[in-house]
Amino acid sequence: MGFLDAILGRSKPPQADLDVLFQVPQAVLSLEAHGFTFSGSGAVCFRDVEGTADNASVDEAEQLVRLDATATVERSDDDFGFHWLSVTRPGDAPGLCTDLHAVNSGLADAGFSSALLCSTVVMTRPDGGPLGLVYLFKRGTFYPFAPLAGQKRDNAVELQVRGVVANDVPVESDLSRWLALWGAPHLT
Amino acid sequence: MARSRFRSDRGLQLRMGGVSFGLGLLYVAFGAVLIYASGSAIIGFVIVAGMAWGQWYFSDTLALKSMRAKVVEPHQAPELHAMIDRLCALADMPKPRVAVAVTDLPNAFATGRTPNHSAVCVTTGILQRLDADELEGVLAHELAHVANRDVTVMTVASTLGLLAGFITRWGMYLGGRSRDRNGAVGFLIVFVVSIVVYAISFLLTRSLSRYRELSADRSGAYITGRPSQLASALQKISGDMASIPSRDLRDTGAVSAFFFAPALNRDSVTAMFSTHPPLEKRLAQLAQISAELGER
Repeated sequence: MGFLDAILGRSKPPQADLDVLFQVPQAVLSLEAHGFTFSGSGAVCFRDVEGTADNASVDEAEQLVRLDATATVERSDDDFGFHWLSVTRPGDAPGLCTDLHAVNSGLADAGFSSALLCSTVVMTRPDGGPLGLVYLFKRGTFYPFAPLAGQKRDNAVELQVRGVVANDVPVESDLSRWLALWGAPHLT
Repeated sequence: MARSRFRSDRGLQLRMGGVSFGLGLLYVAFGAVLIYASGSAIIGFVIVAGMAWGQWYFSDTLALKSMRAKVVEPHQAPELHAMIDRLCALADMPKPRVAVAVTDLPNAFATGRTPNHSAVCVTTGILQRLDADELEGVLAHELAHVANRDVTVMTVASTLGLLAGFITRWGMYLGGRSRDRNGAVGFLIVFVVSIVVYAISFLLTRSLSRYRELSADRSGAYITGRPSQLASALQKISGDMASIPSRDLRDTGAVSAFFFAPALNRDSVTAMFSTHPPLEKRLAQLAQISAELGER
C-alpha cells in the first residue's frame, strides 16, 4: 500500500491468483507417496454477495462442470455466510483442478474475484481422516488442514504435509493464516 | 482482464486529498511562524510531538486499556474469531488482536499503528444487539480502518491541533515570563496564530475523519459483499445511541474518533464538528454499492 493510498484511504480489494491451482496434481502425487490417498473431491468457497448477480455466475460455472458426466457437483452453505461448490472426480486430480479453475475463473470474470475465499482438494490421511489442501486465493499459497473430531486439528500431520508438498506448491509461511475450515464439505 | 466490481469514489478521494493538503499547508505555515517568532516554542513542539508519537505507537494498548477491554483468545470467543479469520483471509490482511469490552454501549473500534500491530474491539452491548451478519459488517468496517491505516493518518493530522492547543493553554505561563519587549511581541503573535491554527485544524481533522469513515464503510462493504447488513447495523446502533442518555456517554468522548458510530448525542453537535458523517449519507453510499454489486 503506497503513501498516496494511505492518504486517500483507498485500499483496493486484493485480486485472486487462480493459475497456481494447476500445480496441485504434483503435490497429490507427492502425498500419495507418503501414504495419503486422493479422495477425488475438491471444493470452492466464496462469499455470498448481495443480489442475484453472483448466483447467476455460479449457476453458469456449475453447468460448465456438469457437461462432463463423470463429475458430480454439489452446493452447500456454511454458518458463516459462505457458499461451497464441491466437485467430485474419483482418481482424476488434473481434471478436478481444471473443474475448480473453471468455477473460480467464472466467478472472477463476473467481477467477484474479491469474494473468493479458498479452494480445497481433499486427501484421505493414512489413519482414515480427511486432509484438506487449501488454496488461499489472495495469498497465492497453500496450507494443509487436518480436522479431528470436536473442532480440533491434527497439527503434527499438517506440519508433516507442509514438508511433503513444499517443493510442489507454494506453502503459506505465516502459520496464523492457516484458517480452520470447520464444516467444509468432505472435510468432516 | 476480468472486470472488477470495486469502484473507488473519485469525489471522496479528491475531497480527502484536499483536506490533507490543507492540513499540510497549515503545518508548514505554523512551523514557519513558530521558528520565526520564538526559540522557546521549539521545546513545546518537541514535547507535543513526543506525546503524539507515544499515543500513536502505543495506540492499541492505550485504547484497549481506556475502554477496559480484554483481549480474547480463540477458545474464549470462537465465533467472533472465526468471523474475523474469514474476513482477514478475504481482505488479505494479518489478523488483528480481538478484544471485548464489557459495557452496554453498543459500539466497536479498531486501533493500532500498523496492520501488524492492531486490535479490533467490540463491546458486549453490540454483541447482544446485532445478529451475526450485521456484526460481520461492523467488523469489516473496523478492519477497513486498520487496512487504511486510519490511526496513523488521524494521529499525524491531529498532532498540529494538539500543539496549537497546547500553546494556547500553556503559552500564558511560558511566554509571560520573558522580560524583553521583542520576546513579548513574538509570543503574542504565536499565541494568536495558535488560536487560529487550532480552530482551523480542528475543523479540518473532523472533516478528514468523516471522509475516512465513508471510506471505511465503502471498503468494509466490499469485503463482505453485503452493504445492506452494514446499513442495517448502522441504523440499529444509531437508533440505540440516540436513546441512551448523554450523561453516561461523555466519559468515552476522548476515544470516540475511532468508534464505529459516534458516542455523542447527535442533537448536541452540529455536522461540522462531528467525527462521523450523518447516517443518511452513510446509508446512501451503502445503497449505491449494493446496487452496483447486483448489476449483471
